[in-house]
Amino acid sequence: MRAIRIFAVLVLVFLVSPIVVIFPLSFSSGEVLTLPTPGWSLRWYEDFFYSSRWLEATKNSFIVGTITMVLATALGTFAALGLNMAQFRGKKLVLAILSLPMVVPVIVAASSMYVAFSAMGLTNSLTGLIIAHTIVAAPYVVITVLASVQTLDMTLVRAALSLGATPAQAFREVVLPLILPGVIAGAVFAFATSFDELVIAIFLTGPDQFTLPRQMFAGLREMLSPTIAAAAVIMITLSLVLLVITESARVYATRLNKPNRQQDAR
Amino acid sequence: MDRNSRLGILLIAPLLLLMLVGFVLPIGATAFKAFANPEVSAALPRTTVALDRWTGEGMPDEAVFAAFVEDLQSPQDNRTFGALIRRMNFEQSGMRSRLSGARRAAPDLEAPYSVSLIELDPAWGTPDIWQLLRTHSNPYTATYMLRSMDLRIEPAGNIVAVDPNMAVFRELFVRTFVISIWVTVFAVLLGYPTAWYLSTLSGRAESFALLCVLVPFWISILVRSTAWFIILQREGPINAALLFAGLIDTPQAIIFTRSAVYIAMVHVLLPFLILPLLSVMKRIRPEYVRAAASLGARPWQQFLLVYLPMTMPGVAAGALMVLMLSVGFYITPVLVGGLQDQMVSYYIAYFTNTSINLGMAAALSLLLLLLTGLLVAVASRFMPGLSTGPRG
Repeated sequence: MRAIRIFAVLVLVFLVSPIVVIFPLSFSSGEVLTLPTPGWSLRWYEDFFYSSRWLEATKNSFIVGTITMVLATALGTFAALGLNMAQFRGKKLVLAILSLPMVVPVIVAASSMYVAFSAMGLTNSLTGLIIAHTIVAAPYVVITVLASVQTLDMTLVRAALSLGATPAQAFREVVLPLILPGVIAGAVFAFATSFDELVIAIFLTGPDQFTLPRQMFAGLREMLSPTIAAAAVIMITLSLVLLVITESARVYATRLNKPNRQQDAR
Repeated sequence: MDRNSRLGILLIAPLLLLMLVGFVLPIGATAFKAFANPEVSAALPRTTVALDRWTGEGMPDEAVFAAFVEDLQSPQDNRTFGALIRRMNFEQSGMRSRLSGARRAAPDLEAPYSVSLIELDPAWGTPDIWQLLRTHSNPYTATYMLRSMDLRIEPAGNIVAVDPNMAVFRELFVRTFVISIWVTVFAVLLGYPTAWYLSTLSGRAESFALLCVLVPFWISILVRSTAWFIILQREGPINAALLFAGLIDTPQAIIFTRSAVYIAMVHVLLPFLILPLLSVMKRIRPEYVRAAASLGARPWQQFLLVYLPMTMPGVAAGALMVLMLSVGFYITPVLVGGLQDQMVSYYIAYFTNTSINLGMAAALSLLLLLLTGLLVAVASRFMPGLSTGPRG
């Protein structure tokens, strides 16, 4: 048993070590990415924040990520609510189509979208990338919102309606606050999906539309500069912020559901 | 249909429409492209008609030659002709120069063309070249799918294996499968004990250990592959540490090898195994194992006969997820692997972006899609609620 515990701890170390190691490397004063570092400096971060290519890529990533998040969250939330309300034949098929981007290999999606989007003049443009990212990200919103809608107690809605609320009011005052954790989780996931996405970006963007991952990929294939380590740390930090947001949303959701359960128990 | 359902459908419609136009249609077009063969009939319309009348036995008559030269002489855009050249050269190397030469000389050729064209290039006097054109004047072809399996159709119509020096795709699919299966095996071997350990923890220790799994899970595949790229390079920390420890004398090549691909891919995919497995292990009540122990089962019997079978659904779910994701992996092998470690995805990208052979890209995509579909079908039999998926 003790051996297994030690083994498991080693696996956990294996999981975090590459992420931990990259931090000191990015603060190195040397030209070569190795440990121990010859000294400490912020020169690679300076390099990042003074380089128009990296800044442009960061800006593009935030533009694409934010618009994708808004579109995917809106479309995904509507679709999840619709799926919860409607009873019709072929509902299963619709759900299968909406979750296709989660199972189709990204490379197949990227290659197919490249051919189709270039026929529509949507390659080498941020618009095309936003559309593609929205398609890839929306299914996650559908899944997370659907999960929180399904736990929604419909008697609460009926109560609101019987007490004189209009359907719009009932939605805004009762439904929305209760599904909000799901919507937030979906939105964060949509943003993260777009912000981290590389394969589709490789196919759909030219140098003028490079996103942060695309710029990193290009940098890795040209010459390994420590600026890439700095960029990686910046992306890791953002991922951790997003992780904290989703975890907070989850905690908020469990708190939200707790009073109901306690009342049920009584 | 009641009012709720109509409103519901109205709410689903925008996303469904976007998904159909932006995703289902492009992938459908890819599936179609794997069989489409428009190049010959587009560039050589008259020849196509003339070849259709030819029996395919012996040499074609003057009518075919005349139609061919007329097609070459008629002004057409270079893209159509370029597509024809690329298409025919893919079928048979040497066709590029043959067709371009004939096109260049076409304006000066004189009737009878069945004499002057053969004088220009004796290859036009063999039936094979005409049979090749005839075969591919058909708007549909199995060429790409066959080539994806290292097969080809001879002009006469029988299917044979391609030259051994051109046979790459069977090996490619085998390699993709071998890498994916090993990654899955390693992930299970590393992930099972880890998930078990996590399931025995509680409180702070549990949160901290879980964080060690969740943090890498949230960091993009690119960033994690980049980290491995940096760590494994010749001047990188691993080599520095090994040199320092005196275990090696010269830096070892770890990057751009199969080992690097395994290390990085297992690292990227391990959380996909641990998390579903952990949720299964958490639900197993310790009373079962205790009951087995009190009934006299030895520790290995308790594990093998009681605990392991109860965790199998989690192992199956996690392993199938890892297998499914690794079959389509692209970024990690491209960054840390050598040319000999590239998987199917690499060739799809290569045929789409570099060599611009969309038919081959489509055929490989279709095969990869079918393979993944098969795995999804197996997966959904094991666990009906499967819905998590890949990122990045």
